[in-house]
Amino acid sequence: MTIFNELQSATKQKNDALDTPMTRRKALWGLLFISPWIAGFLVFTIFPMIASFIFSLTNFNLTKPNDIQFIGLKNYEHLFQDPSVGISLGATLRFGAIALPLSIMLPVLLAALLNSPLLVGRRLFRTAFYLPYMVPVVSAAYIWSGVLNTETGWLNRFLVQLGISAPNWLYSVDWIYPALNIVGLWGIGNAMLITLSSMQGVPTELYEAAKVDGANAIQSFRKITLPLISPVIFYNLVLSVIGLFRYFEIPFILKEGSGDPGNSTLFYNIHLYKTAFTFQNMGYGSTLAWFLFAIAFSVTLFLFWSAKYWVYYPTGDN
Amino acid sequence: MYEYQMRRFLLFGSTTLFALLLAMAFLMPFVYGFVTSFKTKDQIVASARGNILPVTQDRFEYNGEMLDVFEVPLSDGTVKPLAILRKGREDSSFVDPANPEAEPIEWAGRWRTLAPVEEFDPHFENYATVWNGINFPLLFRNTLAIAVFGLIGTLISCVLVAYGFARFPIPYKNLVFLLLIGTIILPRQVTLVPTYVFFATIGWTGTWLPLIVPHFFANAYNVFLLRQYFLSIPKELDEAAMLDGAGPFKILLLVIIPQSYPVLITVALFHFVFAWNDYFEPLIYLLGKPELQPISIGIQRFNFIYDQQPHLIQATALIGLALPVFLFILAQRFFMRGVVITGVEK
Repeated sequence: MTIFNELQSATKQKNDALDTPMTRRKALWGLLFISPWIAGFLVFTIFPMIASFIFSLTNFNLTKPNDIQFIGLKNYEHLFQDPSVGISLGATLRFGAIALPLSIMLPVLLAALLNSPLLVGRRLFRTAFYLPYMVPVVSAAYIWSGVLNTETGWLNRFLVQLGISAPNWLYSVDWIYPALNIVGLWGIGNAMLITLSSMQGVPTELYEAAKVDGANAIQSFRKITLPLISPVIFYNLVLSVIGLFRYFEIPFILKEGSGDPGNSTLFYNIHLYKTAFTFQNMGYGSTLAWFLFAIAFSVTLFLFWSAKYWVYYPTGDN
Repeated sequence: MYEYQMRRFLLFGSTTLFALLLAMAFLMPFVYGFVTSFKTKDQIVASARGNILPVTQDRFEYNGEMLDVFEVPLSDGTVKPLAILRKGREDSSFVDPANPEAEPIEWAGRWRTLAPVEEFDPHFENYATVWNGINFPLLFRNTLAIAVFGLIGTLISCVLVAYGFARFPIPYKNLVFLLLIGTIILPRQVTLVPTYVFFATIGWTGTWLPLIVPHFFANAYNVFLLRQYFLSIPKELDEAAMLDGAGPFKILLLVIIPQSYPVLITVALFHFVFAWNDYFEPLIYLLGKPELQPISIGIQRFNFIYDQQPHLIQATALIGLALPVFLFILAQRFFMRGVVITGVEK
C-alpha cells in the first residue's frame, strides 16, 4: 500500500454525508482547517497553470515587460522547429533509458539483500545505504566530480588496478549518461528503505506455505515477494518518472549549464531554465513547460492505467 | 551437524561480505571527499599514481637544489632513502642524505619504478580558506533563517490541514484529498514561470519571501504524514475533551498535538533538511544577491569562481553535507519512520 493507493481508491469511496446541522457545522470547521492548503493550491498551482498557458500564447519577455503581444500558437509552432527541443528531449530520454530500469530494479535487489536473514548487522547496513540520500545535491555533485575525475578519481584508479581502461566519465559523450546515473544511484536509499519496509510487511506464513509446497528461494521471491511489493515498485516507478521530468540539478552543477560534452547534458529542464531565466523569455518558456506537462501527464496517466495489470492490490481493503 | 553449521556459517559470511563490499562502494565517495579536502592541488595530481592519502615526498637540499628522496634497493640487498641527483632512463645517480659529502651513488635501473619516501602532510588550512572564502557564517545564517521561518509555516499549516482531513467531514473530501496527493505528480516546471513572474511583479524576487511564504500553505507529503498519524490517535480522546466543552482548536492543541511529538519532529527534520539542500528555488529567486543566498548556492558560486581548485571544492562539499548527515545519524528513527509512513501506508 502506498500513498498512490489513495489516488486510485479515493474516487470509489463515498463522501461524508452532510445531512444534519451538526455535521454541516463540523464541515465548516473542516473547511476552515484545510483552507491554507486550498488557498495555496489556488494561488500556487491552479492560478500559475492558467497563467502559464496564457503566457505560452504571448511573446512575453521579462526584459520588455511592457511589450506583450498575443501571438496565438506561434510559440508552439516554434517549439516543433526548435532543434534544442529535439536535442534536449533526446538527452532526457537517453538518460532515462538507463535510469528508469535501474531505479526500479536496484532498490528491490538492495532491499532483498537487507531483508535477508543471512545478513549480519542489517540495521547498520540500512543506515550505510541510506546515508548518501541525505547529502545535499550540490555536495553530491562536487564529490562525484572528483571521484569520476579521469586522472585522479578513485573510480578510475580502481578500474586501472583491475586492468580495465579508464573511461573519461564526465567528458565523453559515451560515458556521460552512465556517469550521471552513478551519481543518481548514490541517492537510492529512500526507494530502498520504502521497498524494504514493504518486504518486511509480507506475511511470513506465505513463505512457510511456499516452502512446504517445495518452492525454492528464487521461486518464492518471484511468486510471493514481487507481487506483494508491487505497489511499492509502482510508487518508485512513478517517482522516478517524475524525477526524470524534473532532472536538472546534477548536470546543471557539474556542467554549469553548458550542455557539454556535445549537448549530451542539455536536458529538457536545462533548455527550459535557459529560455525562461537566462534569456527571460517567459512566453516561450511557458510553452516549453506546458509541452513537458503534456508529456509527463500522458506518461503518468499511462502508468496509472497500466497499474491494474501488474500492481497487486489486496481486495476487501477499505 | 558440523557440516550444517559450516554451510550456515559460509552463507552468513558470504552474504555479509558482499553487503560489506557494497557498503564500502556506497561510502567510498565520502572518504574520497574527506581525504581530498586535506590535500593541496599538487598532492591531488601526485596521488593519481601514488599514495591516496595527503602525503608529500621528502626532499633533500643539496648544493642549493631540492632533490626528491626515493627508497633505493642497493646491490648489497639493503634499501636506503636516497636523494636523486641525476634522472636517467636506465641509470641514475643518487646522494645519500645521511652522508652528503660522499661521492654520488650510481644506480642502474629505472628511477620511475622507485617508491618515493613520503610523510603524512594534511592541509587543515583548506577548511579555514574555504570557511572564509564562502563566508560560511553568513551562509549559515541565511540558510538557518530560510529554514526556520519555512519550518514554522510548514508545521502550522500542515498540522491544521491534516487535522481537517483526519477529523472532519468535508464536502467532496475524497476529491479534495485526491487533488492534494496529485500535486506530488505535478512537475513544478508548469507553475514555475508564472510563479516567478508573480513574485517578480510584487517585488519579492531578491528576497527570502518566495522561499518562505509558500510553506505557509501546506504540502502534500507532510499533510499525508501527519494525517496518517492523527488517524491513529483514538477518537475517544477528542470526544472526551469535547464533552468537557473543548472546541476544535482546543482539541487540536490539548489532545492531538501533545500526542504527536514524534511526527512533528519528523516533519520539522524533513523541512530543515529540505531547506538546507534546496538548490533550484534559491538559484532563481536569489540571483545576484550573494548576501542573502543559502549554503547550496554559496558553495556553487564559490566553486564556479575557483574552478581549478579541486581540494577546496571537496572541502566545500564536506562543509555542505556535514549538518544534514549529522542530523540524520542523530535522529535516524524519525527520518526512517517518516519515509516509511509516506511511502508505505501502515
